[in-house]
Amino acid sequence: MWRFVGSRLLQAIPVLLVVITVTFFLVRVAPGGPFASEKAVIPEVKAALEAQYGLNLPLYQQYTAYLGDLSRGDLGPSFKYPGRSVNELIAAGFPVTAELALYALLVALGIGGIAGVVAALRPNTAQDYISMSAAMIGICMPSLLLGPLLILIFGVYLEWLPVSGWGDIPGDKILPSITLGSAYAAYIARLSRAGMLEVMSQDYIRTARAKGLPEWQVVVRHALRGGMIPVVAFLGPAFAGLLSGSFVVETIFQIPGLGRFYVQAAFNRDYTMILGSTVFLAVLIVLFNLLSDIIAAWMNPRLRSQFGEH
Amino acid sequence: MRLRALQFLWVLVASLALLACGSGESNVIQGNRDGILHFGNGTEPQGLDPHVVTGIPESHIVHALFEGLTVKNPYTLESEPGVARSWEVSEDGLTIAFHLNPQARWSNGDPMTAQDYVWSWQRALSPAMGNQYAYMLYPVVNAEAFATGKLDDFAAVGVKALNEHTLQVQLNAPTPYFIQLMDHDSTFAVHRPTIEKYGKATDRFTPWTRVENIVGNGPFRLTDWQLNRRITVAKSDTYWDHDRVQLNGIVFYPTENISSEERMFRVGQLHYTQVIPLNKIPVYRAMDNSPYVNAPYLGTYYFLLNINKAPLDDVRVRQALAMAVDRERLNNTVLHGSNVPAYTITPPGTLGYQPPAVFKHDVARARQLLAEAGYPDGKGWPGLELTYNTSESHLKIAVALQQMWKDALNIDVTLANQEWKVYLDSIDQMNFQMARRGWIGDYVDPNNFLDLFLCGGGNNNTGFCDPRYDEMIQRRAPQAKNREERYAIFKDAETLLMEQMPIIPIYTYTSNHLIHPSVQGMPSNLMDSVNFKYVALDKNWKAQE
Amino acid sequence: MTTPALTDIAQAEQGTSLWQDAWLRLRRNRLAVCGLAVLVCFILIALLTPWIAPYGYAQQNLELGAAPPSAAHWLGTDIFGRDLLTQIMFGGRISLAVGFIATAVALLIGVTWGAIAGYAGGRVDAVMMRLVDILYALPFMIFIVLLMVVFGRNMLLLFLAIGAVEWLTMARIMRAQVQALRQQEFVEAAISLGLSPAAIIRRHLIPNALGPIIVYTTLTIPSVMLLEAFLSFLGLGVQPPQTSWGLLISYGAETLEEYPWLLLYPGLALTLTLFSLNFLGDGLRDALDVRGARD
Repeated sequence: MWRFVGSRLLQAIPVLLVVITVTFFLVRVAPGGPFASEKAVIPEVKAALEAQYGLNLPLYQQYTAYLGDLSRGDLGPSFKYPGRSVNELIAAGFPVTAELALYALLVALGIGGIAGVVAALRPNTAQDYISMSAAMIGICMPSLLLGPLLILIFGVYLEWLPVSGWGDIPGDKILPSITLGSAYAAYIARLSRAGMLEVMSQDYIRTARAKGLPEWQVVVRHALRGGMIPVVAFLGPAFAGLLSGSFVVETIFQIPGLGRFYVQAAFNRDYTMILGSTVFLAVLIVLFNLLSDIIAAWMNPRLRSQFGEH
Repeated sequence: MRLRALQFLWVLVASLALLACGSGESNVIQGNRDGILHFGNGTEPQGLDPHVVTGIPESHIVHALFEGLTVKNPYTLESEPGVARSWEVSEDGLTIAFHLNPQARWSNGDPMTAQDYVWSWQRALSPAMGNQYAYMLYPVVNAEAFATGKLDDFAAVGVKALNEHTLQVQLNAPTPYFIQLMDHDSTFAVHRPTIEKYGKATDRFTPWTRVENIVGNGPFRLTDWQLNRRITVAKSDTYWDHDRVQLNGIVFYPTENISSEERMFRVGQLHYTQVIPLNKIPVYRAMDNSPYVNAPYLGTYYFLLNINKAPLDDVRVRQALAMAVDRERLNNTVLHGSNVPAYTITPPGTLGYQPPAVFKHDVARARQLLAEAGYPDGKGWPGLELTYNTSESHLKIAVALQQMWKDALNIDVTLANQEWKVYLDSIDQMNFQMARRGWIGDYVDPNNFLDLFLCGGGNNNTGFCDPRYDEMIQRRAPQAKNREERYAIFKDAETLLMEQMPIIPIYTYTSNHLIHPSVQGMPSNLMDSVNFKYVALDKNWKAQE
Repeated sequence: MTTPALTDIAQAEQGTSLWQDAWLRLRRNRLAVCGLAVLVCFILIALLTPWIAPYGYAQQNLELGAAPPSAAHWLGTDIFGRDLLTQIMFGGRISLAVGFIATAVALLIGVTWGAIAGYAGGRVDAVMMRLVDILYALPFMIFIVLLMVVFGRNMLLLFLAIGAVEWLTMARIMRAQVQALRQQEFVEAAISLGLSPAAIIRRHLIPNALGPIIVYTTLTIPSVMLLEAFLSFLGLGVQPPQTSWGLLISYGAETLEEYPWLLLYPGLALTLTLFSLNFLGDGLRDALDVRGARD
């Protein structure tokens, strides 16, 4: 088990290095640098700006300097927000986005998981169709539609909930979490239904049934563990996706999260901010994928033996 | 057991709902009582250093925290005393003396001196600073040479502190609009000891503008800055004119998404919105006592024509394209009548300047011109691509015009939207045939629009180059004896420009805001300029039932 | 306990009968047949659109503007006075093409990649899956902008760009499935029978992992259609006056209070497609589930 985790963490080093290197050069060849603006910047000013950020150096020197700073944990100054370091921007935005993503995941698991399992218990009946259809609404409604719709209904017409903000007015976290989570609910519902169906027809479930256990015990004690494997495999990338994909929801609800900084950085060609958040997200993606692999392995009785656990 | 879990869930949901309902008063009601203005500000500001920032959202906050030598009266746009109590312009128009108000103080209590300005202008003009608006000070003798690194000694630049409270400025040529420029961020004074405490004078990224560090001289001081959430300022006690400041504070919100901004306004979270979504205009306009405010704005929306590329290298094709556009129809339908059709680059009535009428919407003449150019009824038309940056309003205009050109001239125009920075790169490299462009004036003077099209100008972007034009703008206009003569020269120049047609003007911008009826002292003006000193909130305002 | 697994092998050996059986079972599933019918119908309409559309797709009537459904315009008009039904029909051509082709690209790469990684295990697996991690982490937007600048705007690029991101999750799901299946008796039995790895993957692993794959695929198609709208905003993808369901929905969402029909009908088209896909997907999954069917 620990050897497995250790080797995966070792593998993360080349992964990060490749991500950094590719991103570093990718952003620099993208058209329109950080200082391109609507009113033309006079050449002298542009040269001075580039000098302040070290962009006048040869590319390889910029690259090695960046790696040097990075090894000390310094992600550099932001281009777009002079006076702010990338570390600071990430530190400001990440906790918000992480909280939003977590709630969204809970919403998704709550709606999707329950719908999926309930549907799988009576496949191809009304119970199945209704619960699956309910879970799928989220995917037909992209956030840019569901967000405004929920705001209009609960914020503007009914005046039950705030229309924007995060942690400013009580209740302002509810609508964004639902908006972000419901898109993933459909996936989780589908995957858990399929996973459960797969498992329910397996021999060990039949054995459990034959032992005379009540149906819900069979489901909770035996089937869930195996049936949720596809869901867990999906959770790792889903959480990472929630972190980087929260941009639309953050913009609609005016939430000060990392997603907004990240996408704006890409639009602004804020080199250091793009790199910084990419590296940061890459670390998270590696970790979450690892975590979901571990959980999936733990849930799969056959794979678990690989880790020497019983 | 499962029943209990369900009960728990129900209680949880119910209490959450209750919590939500108890949100109580809106920002606007509370703000009116406490004198706090809730201001939709567009985006998170890049920063608050007056010599670094470039955008309108930044400028709003900087103008709350700092004050220039002069300020603008929001009703008339005339310059009024700011830090300078008075000023004199010499007979020849080349020397200006600003007399600083002895009461003017920094927010830490330090007195403001003429020397502060000399040092600040040196900072603003330093090449190392990378100040994108350094050119605001170019009318000053040797300022341009210093800013472009051709001159190292700042003593040779035409700005001097004659004494503690007198600042003398030498200009290259009489510059009628120079007094106005003293209200631009780039000409503001900054507090030297604070800046030097946190780094070199010309460092762009020191923490001197943070809440705990910043020292300003404006009507408000910074009290809170939460990234992408809000910026809060409170009335300053050290401000020389603080008796006239009626607000106790302002909260600036980075309202990037214009639909969200409108919804925030609707539920009473904002007093003021930066813009209004196009499709909401008819809704708000139809209201009694409408909060919708629409006024001419010093800016022009136009298309750049790359005159080096066929078929636009033929002036007749350019004219045909311009004449085939039915601007009235565009404005009345797709734009909901929110803008003003434009046939020239300078907005009409720029400080009394009336631009020439060179052409009008004329389909018959357009077809004739196109035929003369070799494309009768669009036959043999090689195609044309219109480049614009991704935005719903640009898209709407482009789609409507595409069809107008098809109907009027029977020619195909293809559309190409580009992501913002890609678009900027295409414009800069002149890698386009026809492209959407907008220009917002920095100061109220036709010169600010007409000098765009000087030979090789950085914002020309069309390939247009005519020595006669340059002669008029650069030599003859500055030497004009009076305003009438100067404007007559501008008119000739603009006539020449619109005959050559390197651009197709579409409309004059307007400012479009939602302003809560309880807000007073925020009149519309050509610069869309807000002077927070004038703003007040009506404590007794009540929604009409 | 191993008996059903061994008959599996015997049956899967005759590949065709598996599919024939599946088709028979599918035909008995009414919802799945309905889903298939709707999809076929949509595809037919998309193919015939240039001939059967009531109006030209660029034909404007600015003075009419956005009007609610009427006898002349069954689904109403957009802000340019263009017929919405026509827009949806033409948009469907783009959206269905993007949805199916890009998903097929993603499916092909993802399933193969995940199956190989999961089956091979060890170093091969590590290298392959770390590559997936890398691609997850790269800034997608910058990547798209570059693609467009380097290769220009074309539909092929659009399919590739979408396929290139969508296969990643597919690969992870496939790999997790294969890892679980590989330990099972029937696969071990197949290995001991001396079947080549490629044959085992093709005949045993992929068919047995079909459930989650089909499910994920049916969900990918609509999300790909919506992703296309985002790419169009970045400059890749369709240009006006051409349109797609994703674009219609995005614009419709902006005016959902003023002109709700501009959102309702394109949304309905997408939702119908999604539900049909899901019912068909479920039907397929059940039809192909050899063990489940024998219960």
